[in-house]
Amino acid sequence: MSRKFTPKVVTANALLEGDVVYLTADDRWTRDHTEAELIEDEAHAQVRLVDASSRADEVVGAYLADAKPGEDGPEPVHFREVFRTRGPSNYAHGKQETV
Amino acid sequence: MYSYTEFDEAFVRERVAQFRQQVERRIDGALTEDEFKPLRLMNGLYLQLHAYMLRVAIPYGTLNSGQMRQLAYIAERWDKGYGHFTTRQNIQYNWPKLKDVPDMLDALADVGMHAIQTSGNTIRNVTADHFAGAAADEIEDPRPYAELLRQWSTDHPEFQFLPRKFKIAVSGAPNDRAVVKAHDIGLEIVRNDTGEVGFRVLAGGGLGRTPMIGKVIREFLPKDDLLPYCEAIVSVYNLLGRRDNKYKARIKITVHETGLEEFRDRVEARFAQLRPEFGGADQALLAEIKAQFARPPLQASSLAAFESAYTNDPVFRAWTDTNIAEHAEPGHAIVTISLKAHGATPGDATAEQMREMADLAQAYSQDELRISHEQNVILPHVHKSDLPAIHARLKEAGLATANVGLVSDIIACPGMDYCALATARSIPVAQQIATRFDELKLEHDIGPLKIKISGCINACGHHHVGHIGILGLDRAGVENYQITLGGDGSEDTAIGTRTGPGFAYDQIVPAIETVVNTYLDQRESPDETFLQTYKRVGMEPFKAALYPDQEKQRAA
Ligand code: SF4
Repeated sequence: MSRKFTPKVVTANALLEGDVVYLTADDRWTRDHTEAELIEDEAHAQVRLVDASSRADEVVGAYLADAKPGEDGPEPVHFREVFRTRGPSNYAHGKQETV
Repeated sequence: MYSYTEFDEAFVRERVAQFRQQVERRIDGALTEDEFKPLRLMNGLYLQLHAYMLRVAIPYGTLNSGQMRQLAYIAERWDKGYGHFTTRQNIQYNWPKLKDVPDMLDALADVGMHAIQTSGNTIRNVTADHFAGAAADEIEDPRPYAELLRQWSTDHPEFQFLPRKFKIAVSGAPNDRAVVKAHDIGLEIVRNDTGEVGFRVLAGGGLGRTPMIGKVIREFLPKDDLLPYCEAIVSVYNLLGRRDNKYKARIKITVHETGLEEFRDRVEARFAQLRPEFGGADQALLAEIKAQFARPPLQASSLAAFESAYTNDPVFRAWTDTNIAEHAEPGHAIVTISLKAHGATPGDATAEQMREMADLAQAYSQDELRISHEQNVILPHVHKSDLPAIHARLKEAGLATANVGLVSDIIACPGMDYCALATARSIPVAQQIATRFDELKLEHDIGPLKIKISGCINACGHHHVGHIGILGLDRAGVENYQITLGGDGSEDTAIGTRTGPGFAYDQIVPAIETVVNTYLDQRESPDETFLQTYKRVGMEPFKAALYPDQEKQRAA
């Protein structure tokens, strides 16, 4: 038995602004983690990562990050990814500026 | 102060023009990220957690008021109105947009600054004592040598692809304020038995994953031999340094694995080959550089205003007691402006604050400023009679915190609030420690104490050499902080020792309070510093206080 697959989202940084983006099910890049496509299948995750990485004129450094279903959509699991959804803790800069 | 030659200027402009085209080609899709990444890194542009980051070199930490104003302008025009001064005497902008970066680099070039070799496996910004050219204890100003090294290493064709990055620091005084022993090459200006001035050369120091104290490779190097000898060290390293394993690629591992004797023999052999090739042009250049670093003439004047303020104003007195250092010239002082207001981000300055510091430098400090590796700003040449006026203006600007060298004067790297490599946050830990000790009103009673925090094993926050070091790690998906005690970044460099298991994010500030309280209990008198007490009593009392349950178990 293979281990249970932890759901993933595809995330990267936007090429022009450098800020954190997530891949949606309809192939948009969103700034909002809850709009990301929650990928429950390992093979599909790899395909989506390849898709994302091929969009080199839009994003940089695409990778798969652990996520879990939440009330409003996917939520990050690891604290690093939680910070990436909002910005630094010393100033209200980054994503939290606009929320 | 040193200003760029035409050659430098042309070189920097050309690099900016090239980078502008590279950015355009990246944006229009002609360059992939794999192709572009090394190019942007060569120009100091990183991609961090939330945004790009531009790292700008401040060679040996010296800048003039015009340069500081330009840094302020760049922060306002293209960033979020502030900059972060780092432990390598650089400034980092945390929010640049890719398309703006060439303009930022052009604006830097306008004042003779750049971001070249602030990244990559090259010789990085050469750092120096931030009191250079001003300190009372100095044998000679190290900056002309640092500048000579900068010119030699910039775009050096042989050293653009070293096994790993390479850092050089120079100090001109017996009191080491540049942590030279923690550098790939450390240079200490010394006087030998016959009174001749030269360098003690150290190699193979470094912090990071495997901290090592630099080893003396040459006890006394005549000054004229500086470049060929450094070139010999770097070229032997370039040959022997491991390229197969990133974690073993720094010169500290090369020296360790090769053995100091063997490494030294190879360096001396290479030096013998190289020495004749340096025909004296380097010395002519050095003479020109030196003339530009000559200390400006300082005027003597009455100390009455200073003395009266010192006697009558306790706030001013407290500030001078902590933030002023002795100047070589009688009646003068070196002012350290603390960028560590309690609860603020260590090393950050707003554009307004940068402008105010520039104005103060222009009015009172011969137009000079310095950035220290401890993330503060220095006015190096101030007459004491001007101190009350300077203090009053710093107060207005929120820059008069009287805490240099105290518990809240914390070094903290950007950590997981910005850095893509981080395993935990460091800034909020620093903010909370400073706030806590300010509440306790214990800071001045505690006395000299250096806390240094890194957000990962790379140790940009110098935690190994903090009297109290804090290292943020990721332990099974939770932030966890290890404490080390007894580190020392001075001429008596020492690597701190771990207390034991780490502490959770919400436990680290209480744990530091416990460490400090233990010191207060243990010290023989208020004159015994934290480090002295630690050296006398050792780790045990601190362990017992930090891990009471384990102590009980052991007793049971
Ligand atoms: S120590 Fe680690 S977290 Fe801190 S700045 Fe350096 S690489 Fe980033």
